[in-house]
Amino acid sequence: MTDLNGNQEAVRNAIASLKDKPGALLPILHSVQDALGYIPADSIPEIAKALNLSRAEVHGVISFYHYFRQTPPGKHTVHVCRAESCQAMGSKKLESHVKSKLGIDYHETTADGKFSLEPVYCLGLCARSPSMQIDDAVYGRVTDDRFDEIVNELESSL
Amino acid sequence: MSITVYVPSDSCAVAMGADQVAAAISKQAQNRGLEVNIVRNGSRGMYWLEPMVEVATAAGRVAFGPVQKSDVEGLFEADFLNGGAHALNLGLTEDLDYFKRQQRLTFARVGITDPISLDDYIKHDGYRGLKNALAMNSADIVKHVTDSGLRGRGGAAFPTGIKWNTVLNTPAEQKYIICNADEGDSGTFSDRMIMEGDPFVLVEGMTIAGLGVGATQGYIYLRVEYPHAEETLNAAIAAAYEAGYLGDNILGSGHSFHLEVRIGAGAYVCGEETSLMESLEGKRGLVRFKPPLPAISGLFGKPTVVNNVISLASVPIILDKGGDYYRDFGMGRSRGTLPIQLSGNIKHPGLVESAFGLTLRELLYDFGGGSASGRPIRAVQVGGPLGSYMPESQFDTPLDYEAFSAIWAVLGHGGIVVFDDTVNMAEMARYSMEFCAAESCGKCTPCRIGSTRGTEVMDEIINGDNLSKNIPLLRDLCDTLLNGSLCALGGMTPYPVLSALNHFSEDFGDHDQANAA
Repeated sequence: MTDLNGNQEAVRNAIASLKDKPGALLPILHSVQDALGYIPADSIPEIAKALNLSRAEVHGVISFYHYFRQTPPGKHTVHVCRAESCQAMGSKKLESHVKSKLGIDYHETTADGKFSLEPVYCLGLCARSPSMQIDDAVYGRVTDDRFDEIVNELESSL
Repeated sequence: MSITVYVPSDSCAVAMGADQVAAAISKQAQNRGLEVNIVRNGSRGMYWLEPMVEVATAAGRVAFGPVQKSDVEGLFEADFLNGGAHALNLGLTEDLDYFKRQQRLTFARVGITDPISLDDYIKHDGYRGLKNALAMNSADIVKHVTDSGLRGRGGAAFPTGIKWNTVLNTPAEQKYIICNADEGDSGTFSDRMIMEGDPFVLVEGMTIAGLGVGATQGYIYLRVEYPHAEETLNAAIAAAYEAGYLGDNILGSGHSFHLEVRIGAGAYVCGEETSLMESLEGKRGLVRFKPPLPAISGLFGKPTVVNNVISLASVPIILDKGGDYYRDFGMGRSRGTLPIQLSGNIKHPGLVESAFGLTLRELLYDFGGGSASGRPIRAVQVGGPLGSYMPESQFDTPLDYEAFSAIWAVLGHGGIVVFDDTVNMAEMARYSMEFCAAESCGKCTPCRIGSTRGTEVMDEIINGDNLSKNIPLLRDLCDTLLNGSLCALGGMTPYPVLSALNHFSEDFGDHDQANAA
C-alpha cells in the first residue's frame, strides 16, 4: 500500500490539474484511482472541499459506480465477463473455474494480495467469447487451461 | 522495396494475440533482411479469422488468418509477403463472401486505413462531409440529416434530424454535443470498432453536429471498459486539433468546436441519456425525469444533442453524398444501413453492415454459418440485454424497426446474441432480472425493488415452487416494471423476461401453468 504522503500527493495533483473542468468529480476520481489503484477514504474531505461539495456527495458518487474502489486491489485484477454472449459460450463454467483456481469470489482479493476478482458486464469482445481482462491485457476464447496458463505466468513473474 | 503488412490493433484481435503476431512479423522480417511496413489497422469485422493479417499486393490486399505467432515463420517460408500459397491464405480480402455481401457506408474505412493517421483518413474521402457542411448554413446541415431518414442507432431509433432541429431552434449562449459511447449492451461492439478503427469519422460527425445546431463543445462519454478506444480517440482528437479540424477557427471558417473524451465508471445505466448527463456533471448517474428534453435543457441545463456513436459516425457520409443517397438504402421507415453484430454461439461472429431488410435467418445462417457448437440454434437475443429473445419461428423477420416492434421485439443497437439448444431460458430470464437489480440507478421503485423481487420469483420458478402462483406473479411484476419505470432499464427488462416465458415456456416448469396466465 502506498504511504500516506504518496497518497496525498496523488490526490492533490489530481485536484490541482482537474478541478476547473466542468463536471470535474469523475475525472478527479479516475486520476486518483489510476495513481493509487483505489480511492482512499481520507482523500474524500480534500476532494469535497476543492469542489465545494459535501463529503456525503463525494462518497455517494464513489459508491454509485462499480468501477471505483474504496480498498486497495490485489497486484493483478481479473475481470471476467458475465454477459449473455459469453454465457452462450460457456462463461458460467469458466467463472466457477476462475473462482476455484484463485480461491476467492467476486469483489474479493486473495489472502496473499496477488489477485482481485471482479465481474464485468461486457468487454465488447463478444465475437470471441468467453472473454476477460487482466490488468490492461484482454483475452478472447478463454478456456480453463488458458486461464491457468495466464495466471501461472503472472504468479511466476511476481 | 518495402511491403505493407496490416495487423489489426482492434482490441478483439489483440485479445486473440495480434500484438504478438505483429511483433513476430517485425522480428522475422528483420532477421531475413526484408523491409516490412506494419500498419496496425482496425478490424474488417470477421472475428473468427482474427488475427487476420493482410499483405498489400499488386492484385489487392491478400488475407491470412487466423494467424498465431507460431505461424509467422511458416508464412515467411511460404513467401506470404507476395501472397504465397499457405494453409492460412484466404485470398483477396475484398473477395471474401462475408465481406463482399455487405454495404459499408458508416464502416467504409474500418479495417482499411491506419486509424490514427489523418492523412490516411483524408485520402479515403475523410472530411469531405465537413467541407460541404462549412459551405452551408445550419438549417441546411440539419435538413440533410433529416432527409437522410437517419434514426438514432443507440436503440431508441428517434429521428436524428428532428432532435438536431429542436436544439438548433432553442436559443442559448452555450449548447453541447454529447456522443454516447457507453456501449454497455452485451453483444454489441460496433461503437468500439468505429472508435478503435476509424476515430476520425466520429470526430468529423460531431464537428458537423456542432455546426448544425450551433454547439461549440462536444463530449464523448466513453465506457471505462474500452481503454483501447480511449487511446485512439485521444490520438485522433489531438491530430484534428493540430491540423485545424478542431479548435477555435475550424479550417479558417470562424466556427469553433472543442472536443473532449470523458470516461465513465462501469455503470450500465449511464448509457441512458439523462443519467449520462448527470455523470458528466460529476454526479451519481441517476435518471432524470423527462420533460424537459435534453434538446431543450440537457447538460448543465443547456440545449444538448445526445447521439450514439454510430448515429454520429453516419453523419459524414450523409453530408458528403447527400441525405438522399443515404435514404435510398433500407426499407420502410428504416433508412440507410445498420451495422449488425453477430456474437455468442455462432460460427462466424462479426460485424455485418447492410441496408435494413436482411432477415435474421440470412444473418444467422448465410453470414453466421449456424451455431459454433454445431447444435441447432434455439434462441437469439436481439438488441442487447433489454431485447427480446426470439425463437426459430421468428427468424424470417426482416431487420426493420417497425417489423420488430410489431412482434414485441427490438432491434436496439443491432446486436444479435446466439444460443444453441443447451440454453435454459428460465436461467436467462433470471439473469435479466439479476442484471437489472445490479445496474438499477435506484431512483424509481419498480426498477429498484421490482428487479430484486423478480430475481427471487425466478429462483422459485426455477425450483419448480408453486408455479400456479409464481408465473402470474412474474407477469404482474413485469407489467409494473414495463409501465411504471422511469427509463428503459426497468421499462424494458420485461422484454427478455416475458419473451423467454412466452416463447420457451417449457423451460419454466409446468407447461400448462406457464401458458395459463
